[in-house]
Amino acid sequence: MKQFIVNRVLSGIVVIFGISIFSFLLIHLIPGDPVKIMLGINASPEQVVKLTRHLGLDKPLLVQYGQYITNVIQGDFGTSLKTGRPVLVEILERFPETVKLAVFGLLISVVIGISLGILAARFKDSIIDKLCTAFATLGVSIPSFWLAILLVMIFSVQLSWFPIANGTGLRDLILPAITLGVVASTMIMRLTRNGMIEVLSNDYIRTARAKGLRNHLILFRHALRNVLIPVVTVIGLQLAGLLGGTVIIEQVFNWPGLGTLAVGAIFSRDFPLIQGTILFMGVVYITINILVDVLYSIIDPRVDMGTKGA
Amino acid sequence: MPNILVVKGLTTQFEGEKGPITVVDQIDFKVKKGEVLGLVGESGCGKSVTSLSILQLLDKNGKISGGEVFYNNVNLVSKSEKEMRGIRGKEISMIFQDPMTSLNPVLIIGKQIGEVIEEHEKVSGTVVKQKVVELLKLVGIPRAEEIYYEYPHRLSGGMKQRVMIAMAIACNPAMLIADEPTTALDVTIQAQILDLLRSLKDELDMSILLITHDLGVVAEMCDRVVVMYAGQVVETTDTRTLLRKPRHPYTVGLIQSTPHQSKGERRLKSIIGQVPTPDQFLQGCRFADRCPKAMDICHSTIPPLFELDGQTSCRCWLYDDKKEEVI
Repeated sequence: MKQFIVNRVLSGIVVIFGISIFSFLLIHLIPGDPVKIMLGINASPEQVVKLTRHLGLDKPLLVQYGQYITNVIQGDFGTSLKTGRPVLVEILERFPETVKLAVFGLLISVVIGISLGILAARFKDSIIDKLCTAFATLGVSIPSFWLAILLVMIFSVQLSWFPIANGTGLRDLILPAITLGVVASTMIMRLTRNGMIEVLSNDYIRTARAKGLRNHLILFRHALRNVLIPVVTVIGLQLAGLLGGTVIIEQVFNWPGLGTLAVGAIFSRDFPLIQGTILFMGVVYITINILVDVLYSIIDPRVDMGTKGA
Repeated sequence: MPNILVVKGLTTQFEGEKGPITVVDQIDFKVKKGEVLGLVGESGCGKSVTSLSILQLLDKNGKISGGEVFYNNVNLVSKSEKEMRGIRGKEISMIFQDPMTSLNPVLIIGKQIGEVIEEHEKVSGTVVKQKVVELLKLVGIPRAEEIYYEYPHRLSGGMKQRVMIAMAIACNPAMLIADEPTTALDVTIQAQILDLLRSLKDELDMSILLITHDLGVVAEMCDRVVVMYAGQVVETTDTRTLLRKPRHPYTVGLIQSTPHQSKGERRLKSIIGQVPTPDQFLQGCRFADRCPKAMDICHSTIPPLFELDGQTSCRCWLYDDKKEEVI
């Protein structure tokens, strides 16, 4: 197990390294002089020279990258051009809000997805199954921003049950979390349903029935764990995606998370902040993936965690 | 000896595209207390469906459409699903053909055996664990305490089948249904498993319904035999008589197509043709078009089971005393 995790972490570091190169190059990939873009057309030549030197852009590329990565490893992601505060502080300030939203959204999607999936499989081909499938199709095809606006219109504007986009309390959290949850739940539901139908036709389910076990034990102890093996992977990927900032939903609900931060940084051409956000999201994504792999091997004992590596 | 299981006119149908398909057609047999009854036939003759029907473990599209199954003189067919749960695993247990797929891959062995005891007996967790370890030792699994915590994929096929057997005998059932218990195993392991079943039968005073297509297994294990063909019983007799003096032409063919070392024959005989699927059943005797002794009547009318002596009955017009009159 230890070896397994060490291998995973090592390969994760390699990927993060790759992301760092990409985010570093971003500033050079943009056509034109990045400094002029940052400062705008009215910048004086002195300002340009000053900022160029400040950003180290006058040095060779390799030296620049070396400087960049050394700083990053020491926790210095640079300074936001707009606010003048360290990028890492900006990010860490916003990250908890994104985590809050992502976790609640995921919770909703898991609860809806798995329970509807089980229900649909249990009553396969019945009206319940068809309703669940219809829900899944709707969930996939409705754009999330549209659903978000719809929910705001009904529950905030018409019914006044929830506030309109002005805080980060629990009541403010509900609508964006539901929006994220409903959209993410459709995939989980379909996977659970199809997995359940397949698992229930397995020999070991017949064995469980031959033992005289009650239905809920067969369903939850014997079937669900086998069904969850692929579902957990998807849940993990979704969490990673949600943590990377749910740009659109955060915008609609004016939620002060990473997504809003990233959009703001892009609009104000705050390159250090953009670079930092990209790198940070990458690290989060990879960490979640490692956790999912570990969890996966706990759920499915057949996954080899031996010294052969992954 | 009293009968422990009596199957009367059992008929099982499956939902087909063109209406219900009768897979098991008015089966009759009895299992006496302490006896091993063999249920023999080719693949697709309805042996497994018969056994699943007894415990009502059929898939959703299959159902018992007629007949009765008496266990200790109580009709199981009229029992509710809840009542059947009390019978399964406690009174009548079952082991299956493929131990590789019959155990849940994500649960430890100990848990899978223990839950039978938890379900049927009111005992504490520590007692359950103790019992499971004893059961593992009883079925000949070494390092029982360690194997308790193992997952199925770490065990060999033979070991898995031993685990299945431990699971089946966990609550001391009076009746064990073994559906091709050795078919998926290596020959050497087959013998071990059969030995184990035989010794457990004596030790625990069980009756066994042994489903197999292997006449070698029958000769080794069974007291009496029921031969099935295309969903019907074609011959019922004791094992000695079956092997020495088979009556039904199908049984004769079955025995002739079994390899025999001592005879030194070059070519193995086979029965021409194939077992008909339920939608191809003939109007008359279902074996008629493969039968070397088929007569005119065989193609038009299904023969009844003729009682030959107290022990033997045979579904073949050859044994009709009033043959002349009928023809």
